[in-house]
Amino acid sequence: MSTITEPTPTPSSAPSSHPSTTKTGGGAFSPKQLVTALPGALRKLDPRSMWRNPVMFIVEVGAAITTVLAVVEPFAPALRESGGTEMAPSFTIGIAIWLWLTVIFANLAESVAEGRGKAQAQSLRATRTTTAAQRVVAYDAVTDASAEHAIVEETASADLHLGDTVVVVAGELIPGDGDIVWGIASVDESAITGESAPVVRESGGDRSAVTGGTRVLSDRIVVRITSKPGETFVDRMIRLVEGASRQKTPNEIALNILLATLSIVFLVVVLTIGPIAGYSDAAPSVVVLIALLVCLIPTTIGALLSAIGIAGMDRLVQHNVLAMSGRAVEAAGDVTTLLLDKTGTITYGNRQASEFLPLTGVGAAELAIAARASSLSDPTPEGKSVVDLADRQGHGEDTASGSMERPGEVVPFTAQTRMSGVDYADGSMVRKGAASMAVEWVRSAGPVASGTIAELDQIVTRVSEDGGTPLVVATRSASGDARILGVIHLKDVVKTGLVERFADLRRMGIRTVMITGDNPLTAKAIAAEAGVDDYLAEATPEDKMALIRREQEGGNLVAMTGDGTNDAPALAQADVGVAMNTGTSAAKEAGNMVDLDSDPTKLIDIVRIGKQLLITRGSLTTFSIANDVAKYFAIIPAMFAGAYPGLEALNLMQLHSPGSAILSAVIFNAIIIVILIPLALRGVRYRAASASGILGRNLLIYGLGGVIAPFIGIKLIDIVVSLLPGF
Amino acid sequence: MPPLLLLILQLATLALLLGIVYRPLGDYMATVFTTRKDLAVERGLYRVIGVKSDSDQSWPSYFRSVIAFSAVGIVLVYAVQRLQEYLPYALGLPAVPENLSFNTAISFVTNTNWQSYSPELTVGYTVQMLGLAVQNFVSAAVGIAVAIALVRGFARRSSPTIGNFWVDLFRGTIRILLPLAAVFAVVLVVGGVIQNFSDYTDASTIAGGTQAIPGGPAASQEAIKLLGTNGGGFFNVNSAHPFENPTGWTNLVEIFLMLVIPFALPRTFGRMVGDNRQGYAILATMVAFFIVSVAAMTAFELAGSGSATSLAGGSMEGKEQRFGIVGSTIFGTTSTLTSTGAVNSMHDSYTALGGGMAMINMMLGEVAPGGVGAGLYGILVIAIIAVFIAGLMVGRTPEYLGKKIGTREIKLASLYILVTPTLVLVGTALSFAIPAVRDDVEGTSIWNSGLHGFSEVLYAFTSAANNNGSAFAGLTANTPWFNTALAVAMFLGRFLPILFVLALAGSLAAQDRVPVTAGTLPTHKPLFIGLLFGTVLIVSALTYFPVLALGPLAEGLN
Repeated sequence: MSTITEPTPTPSSAPSSHPSTTKTGGGAFSPKQLVTALPGALRKLDPRSMWRNPVMFIVEVGAAITTVLAVVEPFAPALRESGGTEMAPSFTIGIAIWLWLTVIFANLAESVAEGRGKAQAQSLRATRTTTAAQRVVAYDAVTDASAEHAIVEETASADLHLGDTVVVVAGELIPGDGDIVWGIASVDESAITGESAPVVRESGGDRSAVTGGTRVLSDRIVVRITSKPGETFVDRMIRLVEGASRQKTPNEIALNILLATLSIVFLVVVLTIGPIAGYSDAAPSVVVLIALLVCLIPTTIGALLSAIGIAGMDRLVQHNVLAMSGRAVEAAGDVTTLLLDKTGTITYGNRQASEFLPLTGVGAAELAIAARASSLSDPTPEGKSVVDLADRQGHGEDTASGSMERPGEVVPFTAQTRMSGVDYADGSMVRKGAASMAVEWVRSAGPVASGTIAELDQIVTRVSEDGGTPLVVATRSASGDARILGVIHLKDVVKTGLVERFADLRRMGIRTVMITGDNPLTAKAIAAEAGVDDYLAEATPEDKMALIRREQEGGNLVAMTGDGTNDAPALAQADVGVAMNTGTSAAKEAGNMVDLDSDPTKLIDIVRIGKQLLITRGSLTTFSIANDVAKYFAIIPAMFAGAYPGLEALNLMQLHSPGSAILSAVIFNAIIIVILIPLALRGVRYRAASASGILGRNLLIYGLGGVIAPFIGIKLIDIVVSLLPGF
Repeated sequence: MPPLLLLILQLATLALLLGIVYRPLGDYMATVFTTRKDLAVERGLYRVIGVKSDSDQSWPSYFRSVIAFSAVGIVLVYAVQRLQEYLPYALGLPAVPENLSFNTAISFVTNTNWQSYSPELTVGYTVQMLGLAVQNFVSAAVGIAVAIALVRGFARRSSPTIGNFWVDLFRGTIRILLPLAAVFAVVLVVGGVIQNFSDYTDASTIAGGTQAIPGGPAASQEAIKLLGTNGGGFFNVNSAHPFENPTGWTNLVEIFLMLVIPFALPRTFGRMVGDNRQGYAILATMVAFFIVSVAAMTAFELAGSGSATSLAGGSMEGKEQRFGIVGSTIFGTTSTLTSTGAVNSMHDSYTALGGGMAMINMMLGEVAPGGVGAGLYGILVIAIIAVFIAGLMVGRTPEYLGKKIGTREIKLASLYILVTPTLVLVGTALSFAIPAVRDDVEGTSIWNSGLHGFSEVLYAFTSAANNNGSAFAGLTANTPWFNTALAVAMFLGRFLPILFVLALAGSLAAQDRVPVTAGTLPTHKPLFIGLLFGTVLIVSALTYFPVLALGPLAEGLN
């Protein structure tokens, strides 16, 4: 028995498995971005916009007070006295400068993140320039669907309203989002998808949606506008990539509350130190208290929080996915059940011949040659794959049996006969098709041995159980003797690399469910081969909806992809619904993300990006809080050692002087923000692993690292600061 | 016996006893709060106050009941003190002054048992038994009830209710506290604790002087004082008094009593949420703190400094000979870690760092193991914060026991952790910031000037806000400022956290349960125990480091 098990991927669907499997990374970060973002960062110093970030607002207020004190101090040298220590004359001005820098660095982080979306927004904006639209006055879909007889008036695209109908001909830009109501055209959508190959759009069905700003390359279409001016798909994209319409996500709000609480606790700590230390005549100066406050409140994460959020959206955009809200990105990280359509997502979408299974007494070559002959004129991918397989096995036309290439009448596949083949001029015939029909066809020529039937049944059942589709090949000689040769095993080929990705997902705690229209037997076999956890066979849109509901009732968060109008309710019901860009407007409206590449496998990357976003936030929060330990050991002895020399024992870092210790802590606090900007933009490295594994690793790096790093950093800065005069 | 061996033996004994009762007591308490059956006496009580035992309350309703019950308690305790001269067994004592009555009423209702007064000179037997002892039972039962309500929040799914306060209160009192207290009162009487209604007896001493030998129903109050982590002594010197705590073995029994319910509640928690491993994780965190803390305090006391210390083999100042250093530090650590506040030695006389440990124990937020009930709900709130940060770090919306920790939960947990530090720091700062108050504090209240004087004030507010009740007794707290400010700290330090905990319980109960997957952060493994330990430590350390530096640290390191 000849067996070929290696899958034969078709090139057209190959790109779908390309995305990075180990790491989700953003674009490169260069220091030049910091410079270009500087003006934006300075504009953000406006207290009215700072107010939205309470942690950094406190720093700005502190910076302002310190600046005033720095100005007043030369006239009142007594202000320099703090806790029994006389600070250097340049101490206050030094603190003031670094506090302002802290605020600017924070704004810089946000500006850089926003700046990365700006370029993309620019190119999108170019497509949004007002174009002339041919608006149909009083469009009548029944009598004049093609609008050839209707009056057409020229309108600016910006003046189009919801429900207007326009005519677009080859060479023109489509003036707004809409559905084609009549006609078929090839459209260049490269402006939004980056894909240069034109796509075909036609009225009716699932390929009717067109996007404003894309260009019609051929033919003439009538489009009904489905968006209001200023709210088109491109408009939304621009707002998204610029971060303008970014709303805080639930987790971000919760984290902000925690950070604000910590800030309040430290505010209370600092405000009460004055009177308490005053009892022992060790009251620190206002500048020192402000420095302590700024070092204690979680400025690192406070500064980077919004940059992390913007960068997360940006990473999605780089994957050519548009999330309609940050909430959806976060939900993607929480997903516990992934619904994947079999066709196009798990398999290459068309069945391919994988082996020829001859009956006893039939030569492998004979079957292959007959199968090839039956498929030569078969234009379907299945037919082609049969020819390919025969060729690869050495039964192609260059062999001795090339004589099979003879003239004949093609018998196409019909739903009634469920067979296709060729009737040759000499009266011989070859057929391939469904087992029952092929047997009938042979029987009609004469009786068939029961042993043959039994053997055939056995093979057919085995192929079905394997998830394949059996095609029976039969011939009839010129003399009218018909016989069954064997079976072609048509197989749904599972995409390469998926088994590993599903294993990754399982480690991440995500269950994968395959959705297919196949019968349960086939579905089960493919599910097992692809390594998905579960499958839904013979699925109707209603079944899919019911499955989502059931999963959600069990507390699961469900993600799915879809493109058809009948997917829309399920897309809306799912927690994360990714609509394909090639899909209908209804699907795109219903989902909360759109994949511009229309690659369903990308769902897995979206989940990664969602998780990475949360991990980056959590890790930097931990780092920020852990930093406080070292800062305390820098500042507390410096604050009180003048009054209580014993506290010098807490000066673990052996910092040079109280002034240099406090300034060094403030400088470290500012510089660490800049150092972490690339990490905030790129995201913390994420590998699929169990929750414990990820936590252990991140606690080690950002928790323990966060405790140790500032001890080293502050000490190094102190060595430099101690060289300044007066410190 | 060398102190280290003594320490290990005593701790091992405690571990053995507590280990034996962990499961049965924890499971028993879980049954008490989940069974549908009422006792006859309970049914009678429900009829009297008009409660339907089978109707659960929403969280606001539960909270209103807590407040109403406690308010009535405050009024009653205040009233019996003010009416003392008309009551039997008053020992001829007059009415307790307004200001002190107010402080004492709030102190006992909030399970703090801060005593600005000397019981022998202030309250007779009726006030002790009718006012104070009653609150020793019910204020402890309130704590347990609130903890159970929070546990129900985790255990229930999509439920609008968190239990019935009155049912929880009565069951906690009648089925848990009363029987245990009765048994151990007898044990203590056997150990030599007095239980009578005799007046004070004047005796002539060998040296020729006279001495008033006190009497009173001490044992009945002693058992619940410890069992309910109350700590209010029958006598002024509390468990250092030979009639309250006569011997080394009663000392061990008293330590056991303070720890038994707080350490068994994690089992109740694990049982009620259907996963005993979760209980063990909480228990492990509590035990870790306990061991580290007791070791540190003992080490500081043994090290001491000065010639008297080295001759005595450790700092014996303020400690009883019959307990020694180890018997005192285990008791002191237990008392300050459980929010009991009972003392068998004078914390004010400890070494600066040893006394600092007593303060740190309270500053941890009374969660290891904390007061009855209060310790469990305290550590669960911190666990929510820990889960939130850790959950983000694994890339999921954080969840604890299948409940999502969202904006509302974090808001409530945040408010909870804001309360006590604010009360402690603001109270202490105000004592020195308001000139008139400062004069009074420095002139009247502070016994030792300088750093130690500051520590006395800091200790007082830490103790009050955390509902502990122990004191650096050098401080004269029976002044209008301290009676009022500490009463406010005790009241807010008790009921604001309860408000947030019950709101949290309501919000958790309303949620469905998220199924556990490989992506879920496991909250029963050593990694999480370490994380929880770290969170408790870092939250309190970051808050209190400056004031500790100005008090015990500056004193101890100088």
